[in-house]
Amino acid sequence: MRLTISHSTRFRFTRPLTNAVQMLRLTPQSSLNQTVLDWRIDVDCDARLREARDGYGNCLTALYVDEPVTTLTITAQGQVVTDDRAGVVSGLGSELPPGVFLRPTALTMPDEAIGDFAAGITRSLPSTLDRLHALSGALAERMTFETGTSAVSTTAADAFAAGRGVCQDYAHIFITAARARGIPARYVSGHLYRRDGAGPQPAGHAWAEAWVDGLGWVAFDPANGTCADDAYVRVASGLDFADVSPIVGTRRGGGTEEMEVEVRVTKSTARRQSQRQGRGGSWQSQSQG
Amino acid sequence: MAARKAFDELWGQGSGETPRPGFEQLGEWLKNTPVTELARRQAMAEAAFRSLGITFSVYGDEQAGERIIPFDIVPRMFTAAEWDKLSLGLEQRVRALNAFVADVYGPRHILKDKVVPEDVILGNPQFCIPANAIVPPHGIYTHICGIDIVRTGADDFFVLEDNARTPSGVSYMLENREAMLRLCPELFAQLAVQPIDTYPDLLRDMLYSVAPRGSQEPTCVLLTPGHYNSAFYEHSFLADSMGIELVEGRDLEVADDIVYMRTIEGRVRVDVIYRRIDDAFLDPLVFNPDSGLGVPGLMSAYRAGNVTIVNAPGTGIADDKAVYSFMPEIVRYYMGTDALLPNVETFRCREPQALRYTLENLEKLVVKLVDGSGGYGMLVGPTASRQEIDDFRTALMAEPQRYIAQPTLALSTVPTLAEKGITPRHVDFRPFILSGADRVTIVPGGLTRVALAEGSLVVNSSQGGGTKDSLIIAAPELQPTEEQHALPYSR
Repeated sequence: MRLTISHSTRFRFTRPLTNAVQMLRLTPQSSLNQTVLDWRIDVDCDARLREARDGYGNCLTALYVDEPVTTLTITAQGQVVTDDRAGVVSGLGSELPPGVFLRPTALTMPDEAIGDFAAGITRSLPSTLDRLHALSGALAERMTFETGTSAVSTTAADAFAAGRGVCQDYAHIFITAARARGIPARYVSGHLYRRDGAGPQPAGHAWAEAWVDGLGWVAFDPANGTCADDAYVRVASGLDFADVSPIVGTRRGGGTEEMEVEVRVTKSTARRQSQRQGRGGSWQSQSQG
Repeated sequence: MAARKAFDELWGQGSGETPRPGFEQLGEWLKNTPVTELARRQAMAEAAFRSLGITFSVYGDEQAGERIIPFDIVPRMFTAAEWDKLSLGLEQRVRALNAFVADVYGPRHILKDKVVPEDVILGNPQFCIPANAIVPPHGIYTHICGIDIVRTGADDFFVLEDNARTPSGVSYMLENREAMLRLCPELFAQLAVQPIDTYPDLLRDMLYSVAPRGSQEPTCVLLTPGHYNSAFYEHSFLADSMGIELVEGRDLEVADDIVYMRTIEGRVRVDVIYRRIDDAFLDPLVFNPDSGLGVPGLMSAYRAGNVTIVNAPGTGIADDKAVYSFMPEIVRYYMGTDALLPNVETFRCREPQALRYTLENLEKLVVKLVDGSGGYGMLVGPTASRQEIDDFRTALMAEPQRYIAQPTLALSTVPTLAEKGITPRHVDFRPFILSGADRVTIVPGGLTRVALAEGSLVVNSSQGGGTKDSLIIAAPELQPTEEQHALPYSR
């Protein structure tokens, strides 16, 4: 599938900020599952961008602003061709060994309830893959998808106790449960093409990958009770949400801020002319006044 | 607790009449200087430390405020031969530690070869993911290492701990020597003591040497968490003696992956940061987001190779106590030979057999949290109460992987001035090893920590320990001639 993605984040500050440093994890990488045809990050002021890799191998863009601005819009956009490989993720290049992804974090600290839930589901099934499928399915069944009940800081244990949440909560619970059973699991941020034709979304999507010996990383979307297929574009992975936040930053000045996110994922049928962006160390963003 | 008599650094296993070979002059000095005179000098030294503001604070002890670390006037000494042996072992160990950290954040051969189990590293909170796949300028990670050494006999030195993150205490080494030179000049007239006052120069040379390639005149700064930190005195002392700026996070900023220091004359590019803050506070965009101690964007500048951070982020994996237990294997793996300085025998409670042994012998062992430091979270079996032992038993059974256990060593003693006069007290020793771009340097000295309470084996300053000067005697060919020796010496 050929997908066109546009992820824009608009900040409004009550007073001009004098300086901002942000880390962006907005750029997908090519793998056997997806080919990034073109990708660019635009900022609507005189900002400077530096590209690097973080410790997980994710594309990381450092953004530096040091002129007074009261609004800041960051748009990441491009085209990605995806391939349905039944959830098996491969060809990502340099990666940390799976053993790292057994580590608990503040957001994925196991509690008794998740431990019991994971044990109850996985006890009867012999293969890791079957266990993970069962876990993903059971989670989709047990939890109610509901926005506004959880926040970015909601832990897996709290979301599980509440019985409701968003894709981030599903992913955290799935990861926590898998790790509790000794299966390395990681959090994935990215985009989902909605076959139901839903319009622009206020956030990207999130799911999880778990390590299956002999198969490698397998992507599960517990919020939808399915494996990731060609409707999914993977952007970054880490131990939990905090490792892959699309934008984290600090600033001086600016008063209080308001943030608005809009994500559009559309299917492109006809081949369009696209301009490739240079992949050097840095590039100047366009000033749009 | 005094089951068997410990080896004494001055008297050996002897009765306190005949010093060990090489220690005759020190023995004479101690016998000939009245205790009242020693006490007078010690009080003068402590008054000087207090007026200089050489203090430290004890975490969790709100009432105590700032204290001086007790200083003991009776020095400990190493012969040239002892020091040579130690130096070789220390250099070997530090080279292995550095190779290990480089490997762990790079190709991870040691894990693939199963010399160290994967989960000891990958599951370890000290394995710093943001440091993964970064090669620091010149490939050096553990620029400053403070390796704690204990001794149980004439030839028996053991490494107790590798402090490879931000070892402290070097200012006490220097200040203790200053005090001794002033208060006991006759001792230095008799003994050919190697100087240690070059340490700040060596440290500065090392910092310059590891600047990112291409920096002509590197700018080095010392990054401190501020004056509330227990080691703030040391931070300001070291910055001052090296002639570099002492900065806090807010004095630095990152733009376009380059670190700058804000000064009244504008921004100055920074090449090397000797940081005395932990990894978790270095950069709020990568580590603890609530911390205001660090510099937003610092890790990006580091990742881009534009700044050297001393010691490199992630070196904590080298001094983790679970990793410590593998140091003999680690030294052999990277150096191709056995460790010249052995470890203290260590039981890894993560292993069922070691756990069983530990649980059965708690009253004989020292049990430590693998991620503990400063003498916190440890059990000293022989001096612990029934209740303390029971509490540790429960904790051990719940989370055995968090603990290691070691036999209670008969640490060597050094004559020490106590209320009742000169009496033996247990000591350890922390030399400071510097790894620069092209060489490893060890200043001939270190910090001797002494357990001031009778029989106590806990030397940490946070647990009431004190310090002593550590004299390294020059090799015979470096010793002054008779003429030079004939300095006025009278009391």
